[in-house]
Amino acid sequence: MPSIGKIARRTFLIGSAAVVGGVAFGVYAARRPFDNPNLDGLPDGSASFNPWVIVDNQKITLIASHADKGQGIFSAQAALIAEELDVDLDQVDISFGAPDKAYYNRAATDAMAGYPMYDNSPLAQGVRGFLGGVGKLALPMMITGGSSAIPDSYDKLRHAGATARETLKLAASQQSGVPVDQLRTAHGAVIMPDGTELAYTALAGLAAKIEPVTGVSLRDPKDWTIIGKPRQRVDMVAKSTGTLTYGIDFRTEGMLHATVKMNPRQGGAMRSYDASAASDMPGVIEILEITGGVAVVANNTWRAIQAANAIEFDWGDAPYPAEQDQHWQHLAGMFNDQHLNAEARVEGDVDAAEGQEVAGEYRSPYIAHAPLEPLNATILVTDERVDIWTGHQVQMMVEQKVADITGHDVDNVHLHNMFIGGSFGHRLEFEFVKQAAEIANRMRGTPIQMTYSREEDFAHDFPRHITMGRGVAKHKDGRVTSLDVQIAGQSVMRSQMGRMGLSLPGPDAQLHEGAWDAPMFNLPNLRVRSYRTEALAPVSSWRAVGAGPNVFIYETLLDEVIHAAGADPLEERIRLMGHDVSVKVLEAVGDMCSWNGAQLGEGKGRGVAYGFAFGVAVATVVEVTNTDAGIRLDHVWLAADVGKVIDPVNLENLAQGGTVFGLGHAINCEITYSDGMAEQDNYHAHEGMRMWQCPPIEFRALENNPQIRGFGEPPIPPSAPALGNAIFAATGQRIREMPFYNHIDFV
Amino acid sequence: MRLIVNGGTYEVDVEPDMPLLWILRDELNITGPKYGCGIAQCGACTVHVDGTAVRSCQVVAGDLEGAEVTTIEGLGQPRSLHAVQQAWIEHQVAQCGYCQAGQIMQAASLLSMNPDPTDGDIDAAMSGNLCRCGTYPRIRAAIHAAAKKLQEV
Repeated sequence: MPSIGKIARRTFLIGSAAVVGGVAFGVYAARRPFDNPNLDGLPDGSASFNPWVIVDNQKITLIASHADKGQGIFSAQAALIAEELDVDLDQVDISFGAPDKAYYNRAATDAMAGYPMYDNSPLAQGVRGFLGGVGKLALPMMITGGSSAIPDSYDKLRHAGATARETLKLAASQQSGVPVDQLRTAHGAVIMPDGTELAYTALAGLAAKIEPVTGVSLRDPKDWTIIGKPRQRVDMVAKSTGTLTYGIDFRTEGMLHATVKMNPRQGGAMRSYDASAASDMPGVIEILEITGGVAVVANNTWRAIQAANAIEFDWGDAPYPAEQDQHWQHLAGMFNDQHLNAEARVEGDVDAAEGQEVAGEYRSPYIAHAPLEPLNATILVTDERVDIWTGHQVQMMVEQKVADITGHDVDNVHLHNMFIGGSFGHRLEFEFVKQAAEIANRMRGTPIQMTYSREEDFAHDFPRHITMGRGVAKHKDGRVTSLDVQIAGQSVMRSQMGRMGLSLPGPDAQLHEGAWDAPMFNLPNLRVRSYRTEALAPVSSWRAVGAGPNVFIYETLLDEVIHAAGADPLEERIRLMGHDVSVKVLEAVGDMCSWNGAQLGEGKGRGVAYGFAFGVAVATVVEVTNTDAGIRLDHVWLAADVGKVIDPVNLENLAQGGTVFGLGHAINCEITYSDGMAEQDNYHAHEGMRMWQCPPIEFRALENNPQIRGFGEPPIPPSAPALGNAIFAATGQRIREMPFYNHIDFV
Repeated sequence: MRLIVNGGTYEVDVEPDMPLLWILRDELNITGPKYGCGIAQCGACTVHVDGTAVRSCQVVAGDLEGAEVTTIEGLGQPRSLHAVQQAWIEHQVAQCGYCQAGQIMQAASLLSMNPDPTDGDIDAAMSGNLCRCGTYPRIRAAIHAAAKKLQEV
């Protein structure tokens, strides 16, 4: 298969253009499953029918390989398997499993097919399937990101459960002589016609000798008993009792604690350092120079941090402009053909379109991920093997990055993936793991837990990319006639993939995501162009990535022109949309908030915004009051269509939480650079929303989308413009820059 | 120094300025209280000292001789849940869950002083506890539910 892999890798890198030309590689190769990693060393008497189900004579284990950073995918994966396997979630063990290419993400490439995610035509779906196959051969990657875990898991894990169930039934049939078609299954057992139950665990030994059944068809959704029903997430009790072990809570015999100090001018050199004041501090065991900085190893995290703070450094300059104003000036110079990233959407002729013009310039700042669990990793290096305990979204690449440092064969490097205390994209990065690996490699035989201080976590975040938008819109006879949107940004994909050692073929789609693919089928003149730079601060995917800034730009401009036209903000959006799934989402949110109901009271205003991200249409309405002391958030409503709801309670939690996340950052978060360093170093300076500011948030899920989609990110993009549009409605003040609190007070 | 944590007595040998958080986490391996910010901005480290919610990153060893500390582990266990924990589970509050031990300890402290808090009381008591995942609507609902549970007892 190496030659096919090579062809596929090249094809993958050229992207969808190759599809049109036709590329020859076997469909069989793309469809052939990877070997089941559980079979390697599986004890006699244990059965594993596929990479996701293991049964022995004691227990049933489900492998939920996607990383859980709070979105609930651990539970959701188990539920998808359990629905077909006929087990209760409280009678199984659930594990993240060991990283293996068998768990590669087959949906991660869906968005790279070059078709907007609302396009479900056979051609678009064919290209997505083709790219998935190419991706599998070229770079079978485990990754939890891009809201793709549910689309990746939906069919795959139900099949895994169904295959295991039918194989266990076959085993029961062989043991009992009763034909398979007379057997039922429920609650982890095969049930005989006379009601006798044979526990799956009792069938494991026999089932292990049977070739797993193939070609099992999936159940009709109307027969589901778990999927789509309200239920407890399996991690709720542990997370409510302090008994869940996050990476930072991992403890093992002989473990030492460490922290690092790196150049806060990210990527700049360390000219020199003086650790003389630190080396004699209590508990300090080692002070090590590592790539780009210094590590302190101690017998307590606090002692390590105290000592690290006592080291004096002479840091080199940043490889990007030192002052924030220079970043904005640089972006302002990108709106020209030389820096064109893509002319992503062209309908009609925006230049020739008739109507009165409305124009604006919009800004979306750098913002930090700042999950509450600071980055940390525990690593034990011995001459034979390496063990890593941390939570990560790109599991196999962690093992490779560490192997590159320690010199072990990657097969002897083992990631034990952990629950993650928030990520928002932070745990897609590798620097913290590499730093921990360098320390542990120098102290072989001693487990090292490396933890960032909160200040280091802020200083060494790769924040959301900075974005500037320019728009010209037109209206005539009370209707919007044209939108011309230009977006310039620091290339997030180039920055991120560069650190992964991957190239970025073609344009960075994140620089127009959420703008080019807003359906808007009834708008006759529409153009979206993006412009790209790579000269600014290093950046990374921040929950919703490009759609966050881009939907803010797009929906604020749209709101401005709708108001100028004298049209109704919701009705005009519905008229322009022309995309059935999206129209229903907009209508739903209008219904929920009684948009056309009674007049709002004095000083109140409502704003609506629509966002399309990761294939999910979301519409959000925010209601505010303009009080004497500032803007008060009164109420939020949102509706979204994910195709199929796996867990309605968790979905509502993600809708509310994502909205809080989007609103909080829009109100008061930014990272600004001065002297090459981020000026914000803890939560007092980058706060997000707190309880006192959080309004009631109502959510409605729709199921008209023919494709199932994930919901970790889609609630974010429309929340910021919905708030900005509400502030305009309440005050007449149009805010074109985030964070809003630089322009208006909030209560 | 001598410290009573969750009913157990511990002798710990640390500098007087070491914050309680790090005594608990790295000296005693009691990891329910979480490190989030180190400067009392997030509340993830909240525990009870002599019955009152405090940020354990701001209380130092030198001030704790003989103090009684309760962490989330001491509030209730999976098989013997405190009413606040029960409400948290029933309302499925957590997403990543990292802040929730602190939220629960803060809420339990609020309810011990104010058995029937209004939304304004909840805002005042809970706004020092940051939740990056944005579970505030569910925290609010769970606190009201826990208040009812405690009043029924």
